[in-house]
Amino acid sequence: MTTTTALIVAGAFLASAVEMVEAVTIVIGVGVVRGWRSALIGAGAATLVLAALVVVLGPALTVVPVKVLRLVVGALLLAFGLQWLRKAVLRSGGYVPMHDEAEAFRREQEEAAAAASDERAGLDWYAFTVSFKGVLLEGLEVVFIVISFGSAQGKLGLAAAGAAAAVVVVVLAGVLVRGPLERVPENTLKYAVGLLLTSFGCFWGAEGAGVHWPGDELSLPVLIGFLWLVSFLLVQALRRRPVPLPSGAEA
Amino acid sequence: MTYVRAFGRFWWDFIVGDDWRVAAGIVLAIGLTSLLTHKGVNAWWLLPAVVALLLAGAVFRPRKA
Repeated sequence: MTTTTALIVAGAFLASAVEMVEAVTIVIGVGVVRGWRSALIGAGAATLVLAALVVVLGPALTVVPVKVLRLVVGALLLAFGLQWLRKAVLRSGGYVPMHDEAEAFRREQEEAAAAASDERAGLDWYAFTVSFKGVLLEGLEVVFIVISFGSAQGKLGLAAAGAAAAVVVVVLAGVLVRGPLERVPENTLKYAVGLLLTSFGCFWGAEGAGVHWPGDELSLPVLIGFLWLVSFLLVQALRRRPVPLPSGAEA
Repeated sequence: MTYVRAFGRFWWDFIVGDDWRVAAGIVLAIGLTSLLTHKGVNAWWLLPAVVALLLAGAVFRPRKA
């Protein structure tokens, strides 16, 4: 396995782990209050939709020329990855509060308890729809990452396997804990994913534009190191700023 | 029309997020890289440099509350 392939699998695993922690919080929050059957059916249905998206869209992209694919995927990953990286830097710099999984769990339970009873097709409709939407929306980002990572390098199966492994690990942890997975270092994982997405975006975007990287794929770890250094310096600079920036929309 | 708008809005938020200048900077940087490589300059250094500047700008630019 080359360094690039290992980084693709690691990126898909970490991105999937981060998003699944949030999805599991929603499903457990609803399941504990409203009952497990409808919540689990909702989560299962969303997982099937996400898997179908990967199965249909992934192979469909193989007809696109690799150079064009890398240009488009690189640009999309850069735009997407920089959002993750900016939020992680702002959180590490103390300008945006860390995501509180326990608070999200408590809020989910309160809303589930307050929602009116509505039975459709033999299901608690509230539990089904909240679980379905929660898993689908969190999972869409994972699907986007798996398809873009996998298609640009021709490693869709490995990227999907990395993401699926994270789903198994997080769901097992959720079953064992039966509560929010608040001990998962979510911002550190998001930081790592943001770095990987941005670095791959940079690498493929430039390749798609016709660039030949010095050392070819060996330049990828150097690129990751460079962007880590830049983000580290930004975090240090933020920590030294006396007055916090307004950041209401970030939490 | 509402569904079309909502669909477009979802993908805009998903890909571009709340700072369109970052996305615009990426498109410009990739376009410039392509232009330079077609002129015979192997501009591998351009995109990482622009990405570093875009990240710094996005981090220090005040956000709307």
